[in-house]
Amino acid sequence: MSRLDLKTVLDWVPTGSRVLDLGCGDGTFLARLRDERGAIGVGVDIDPDNLVAAAGKGLDVIQEDINDGLHCFTTNRFDVVVLAHALQELTHPHIALQRMVDIADEAIVSFPNFGHWSCRLHLGIKGKMPMSRAMPLHWYDTPNIHFCTVRDFEALCSALDIDIIERATIAGAAQHLLGKWHPNLFATSAIYRIRRSGG
Amino acid sequence: MSVGLVEPQVARFDSPFTFANGAVLESHELVYETYGELNSAGDNAVLICHALSGSHHAAGFHSADDRRPGWWDLAIGPGKPIDTNRLFVVCSNNLGCCDGSSGPNTINPATNQPWGGQFPQPQVSDWVRSQKQLAEYLGISRWAAVMGGSLGGMQALRWAVDFPDWVEHCVALAAAPGLTAQNIAFNEIARHAILSDPDWSEGDYLAQGKLPTRGVALARMVGHLTYMSADGMSDRFGRELREGSFAPGDNNEWVFQVESYLRHQGARFSTQFDANTYVLMTRALDLFDLASDHEGDLISALSQAQASFLVASFSSDWRFPPQRSVEIRDALMAAGKSVTYANIETDNGHDGFLLPNATYEALLSQWMHRVGPS
Repeated sequence: MSRLDLKTVLDWVPTGSRVLDLGCGDGTFLARLRDERGAIGVGVDIDPDNLVAAAGKGLDVIQEDINDGLHCFTTNRFDVVVLAHALQELTHPHIALQRMVDIADEAIVSFPNFGHWSCRLHLGIKGKMPMSRAMPLHWYDTPNIHFCTVRDFEALCSALDIDIIERATIAGAAQHLLGKWHPNLFATSAIYRIRRSGG
Repeated sequence: MSVGLVEPQVARFDSPFTFANGAVLESHELVYETYGELNSAGDNAVLICHALSGSHHAAGFHSADDRRPGWWDLAIGPGKPIDTNRLFVVCSNNLGCCDGSSGPNTINPATNQPWGGQFPQPQVSDWVRSQKQLAEYLGISRWAAVMGGSLGGMQALRWAVDFPDWVEHCVALAAAPGLTAQNIAFNEIARHAILSDPDWSEGDYLAQGKLPTRGVALARMVGHLTYMSADGMSDRFGRELREGSFAPGDNNEWVFQVESYLRHQGARFSTQFDANTYVLMTRALDLFDLASDHEGDLISALSQAQASFLVASFSSDWRFPPQRSVEIRDALMAAGKSVTYANIETDNGHDGFLLPNATYEALLSQWMHRVGPS
C-alpha cells in the first residue's frame, strides 16, 4: 500500500473502531490505526514472518487464508474491515467482498487500477501484459491474478448489491485533477468505502 | 541462556482438598520449581502447566552433571521467549502425578502404604484449584500468563475460564477444547496395556514390590507414536536397520531403527513413570471438556475468560490436529476475546511445542513481550 492510500484509509477509520485488516503484513498499518486512531485491531495474514512481526507490535493476528472464506469471523463483529491492495490476489474477489460487508458495517478496499492509461498503452501498443515499477512481475509469475479497473469494480459492487459510500483515487502528481475527472483512465489506484446495500 | 541449576521446592497444604468427584485429601504436597524473581508489584508471575508425562522441572538442570534440562528449556530462561530476566516463572507437578506431588506413589497417611490405585481421580479443574492454592502460598494474586502445551494448554484454558480475574494472558499450544473419540481410544489402549500387565496387581504393585514395566512401556510406545508425524518418522528413521541386514539369505533378527527407538523410549519411561499416574492422567484428559459446564457451548464457556490468548497448532500434529486449535480460536473470536493464532509448519507432530522451530520460537518470543510489566 502506498503512503497516500494509507493516509486515506487512516482518515476513513473512525476513532476507536474495531478494525479487521485483511492481509495485514507486518502490522505496521494496524499499529498506526491503533496508535493514531485508537482502533482495536485484528490482523489476518498467511505469512509466518508477517505474523511474528505483527505479534511483536502487540497486535492480535490470525493466520488464515483469506481465500478460505473468512468463516471464522462472525457477522457484524467489526466496525471496519480493510483490504488494502490485496483484492487482485484473491481467488474469488467477489466472494471475499460479500463476506467483508457481512463481517463489518463498512469495508475499505483499495486496488491498483488496471484501466490506467499506462496499462492500456502497454496492452494496446505493445500488445503485452503491463509491467512497471508498481507491477514488476511477469503475468505467469505474479500473485496478482485478478486485476480490475475502476469501472469493473464499481460494476461488481452494483451486481453484489454493495453500496459505494465514498471513492478516493491516487494519481501521479501532475495528473491529480485528471484522476478525479476520469479515474478509470488516470487513477493509478482507487480506494473505496463500501457497505451492504441498505446497511 | 539456561536458568542454570534449579532446585525443586515443596509446598505443604494441611487443609482438606476436595476433588471434583467428591474425594477428599486431608493434606497434600505440591512440588514445584520457580525461575526468575517475583517483583514487588507481583505482576510478573507466569504459570507453566505441564503435559501428560511432564513435571515441575520445566527448565534448567538439577546438578552439574545433569545432561537433560527441564522439558521446556527451549522456551524458559534469560533472553528466551519466557524471559526469566523479567518474568517469575512457576511450574508445579500436578496433584496425582508421580514426580513429588501427592500422588499414587506417595504415602497415604491413613494406611502408611503407597496410595496406589486408591489415589483420587483428579480432573483438570482440580489441578487448577490446587495451583491457585499454590499461587496464594507464593504470594501471587494474579498470573501475568498461564501457559502450556497439549494437556498443559488445556489446563491453561481451564484456568482462564474457571478463574477469569486471575489470568491476564493465556497460551494454549497443540491443545483441544475436549478429547475426540479417537483421542480417548488411544488413551484406552494405553490404560489397557498397563492393566493387562500381570505386575499391575490391581494398582497395588508398589506395596507388593512389583512394577508393571511391560504395560507402561507399551502404553508409552503407543503414546509416543501419536506424538510424532509420519513424515518426521520417515525423515528420522526411514527403513534403516539397527540390527540385521537385507542381504539375501540373512535370517538374522531384524531390528529397524524405529523399533529400537520406540523400545528405548518405552523401557526408559517404564521405570521412571508411575503406572497409576499414567492411568489417572489419561483419564483426566478423557474427562476434559471445556464446554461441558455450558451445555456443550464452547463460545459460552470461553466468554467467561478475561485473558488475551495465544493459540498455536502444529501442522503435522494428528493427536490434537490444527483443526482443534481452530475450534478454540473461532470460539474465542466469537466470544469477542483477544486472540492470536498461528499454525506452525513443522514435521515434529504433536511434540512440535517442545522442539526447536524458528517460527514457533520467534512467535512465542514476540507475543510474550506483551506479558508482564512493560
